Amino acid sequence: MIPHTPIIAILGIGTYLSLALLATGLIWLFVGSLKGKEVDRRVIFVFVLFAVAAPLIFPTTFKDHASDIVKKVFDKIDNLPKGSTVLISFDFDPSMAPEVQPMANVFTRHLFAKNHKVIFMSLWATGQALTNSTLDDVVRREFPDKKEGVDFANLGYKAGNQGVLNVIVTDFKKMFPNDSRNIPLDSMPLFTGINSCRDLDLILSVGGGFPGPKEWVLFVGDPANVPIGAGVAAVTAPIYYPYYPKQMLGLLGGIKGAAEYESEMQRVYPQFASMPTPALIMMGPQTLAHVVVMAFIIIGNVAFFVARRKKREGA
Amino acid sequence: MKREIPLIITFSVGVLLILSVFIPPAEHWGETFSLFFDIIAVFAFFLGGGNLVRTHISKLSGRKAGWAYSIVTLAAFFLMLAAGLFKIANTGGIGASVTENGSLFQESFNYVMNPLGATMYALLAFFIASASYRAFRAKNREATILLVAAFIILLGRTPLGVLVTSWIPDSWDIFQIPNMAIWIMNSPNLAGQRAILIGIGLGVASMSLRVILGIERTYLGEDKA
Repeated sequence: MIPHTPIIAILGIGTYLSLALLATGLIWLFVGSLKGKEVDRRVIFVFVLFAVAAPLIFPTTFKDHASDIVKKVFDKIDNLPKGSTVLISFDFDPSMAPEVQPMANVFTRHLFAKNHKVIFMSLWATGQALTNSTLDDVVRREFPDKKEGVDFANLGYKAGNQGVLNVIVTDFKKMFPNDSRNIPLDSMPLFTGINSCRDLDLILSVGGGFPGPKEWVLFVGDPANVPIGAGVAAVTAPIYYPYYPKQMLGLLGGIKGAAEYESEMQRVYPQFASMPTPALIMMGPQTLAHVVVMAFIIIGNVAFFVARRKKREGA
Repeated sequence: MKREIPLIITFSVGVLLILSVFIPPAEHWGETFSLFFDIIAVFAFFLGGGNLVRTHISKLSGRKAGWAYSIVTLAAFFLMLAAGLFKIANTGGIGASVTENGSLFQESFNYVMNPLGATMYALLAFFIASASYRAFRAKNREATILLVAAFIILLGRTPLGVLVTSWIPDSWDIFQIPNMAIWIMNSPNLAGQRAILIGIGLGVASMSLRVILGIERTYLGEDKA
């Protein structure tokens, strides 16, 4: 259960003004709906644009609490013995990136803060370029002392979907003889004693499509008995619940899951108080957009029932 | 023979892969077949690329509707192909990673593909809002239940959900919106998803058996099973 301690929201004058403007507009539309008036979809688009843009123009800071399903991934990473080897798979494309890249970034930050070794790879062709973003934004910027080949390795992308997993579950080097820089895995200290996925302490799949966390569970987690954690886009999160908690130790669902993880990082590690928190920042637009969607559902229903009553009365 | 050979290959590979799961000494067969599969999967890129070029060239030559977009598609395709194959502006040279920072491939990905992809996905917010307004009507009991569940999930996925029901005492915390959202995901959603998954699993198993035993032959291009 989520503790009900109030969230902290730092609101500026711009936020109050935009909220007042938004509320006025919605009340005006609600009054219209009482007369049975329908709202033009272009008006809805303007409201959504405003709801998403206002919290970005006038930033609102949120603090969140990690729910059990998110905390289990956090605790697993936190409690791994120092020097454990963890694999992060970037199974997503640019369209999913705004939602799931913050998860990949915060996982990476947490793993390096705990001095674990990290192997990056991707089952999606677009994942390799997105791995570079995480390497630039987190590893090279915040952990410049971490050496490629010793503390982390980027294996890049390999075609074959679940076929890739079927091989690396027993032998990494058969599928990835070299890393993305063409350096043989055999020459890397990181791979001493790491021959297959069976030698890993944890696998984190970030994505939400095919191939993704489900394939990691089916082809690696279950056969090799390796714990799997996942971070997925909100729209796909419900399909992963059947795998939790036995086959998937925890799950970050959408930007909310990422925001909960970022909050937990800041709560447990005060040194990361000033770390980039893209997910927490995006909670502002998400909250307001959800409120606008709910308001329009109410307005739509009121207009529908008023129009139906009028129709009956007319008949 | 044109029909029998593919059927024999399908039967043999299917049976061998099943055996490799149940007989430990045969475990490496599955691995070897996966490697074969990965090599074949690479050819899908050639086929996909070739098909894309063929389709758009025919659209261009026939001046079909939207032919101008085909110019953009083909130009982008060949630019990215050249940038990746010849490692244009790649400081590490031809042997370095295709996604090395500063290379034309990586820069194009970062500054064109990335924002375009995110923009397309972001447009969903507008369509979802418009669709919710039109479709979420409490017309009957089932629609009302769906509507209430949607409200709880929408609120539960934001910090506002915590704020709105934070006054509810701990002994009644199940009625706090985030906890209700968790319950919806963990109980009704889980039950439905499991039922779907079991159904899909059984369907996949029976269809696989039909293909292996040669009962299902539509993949060979035949109309009749």
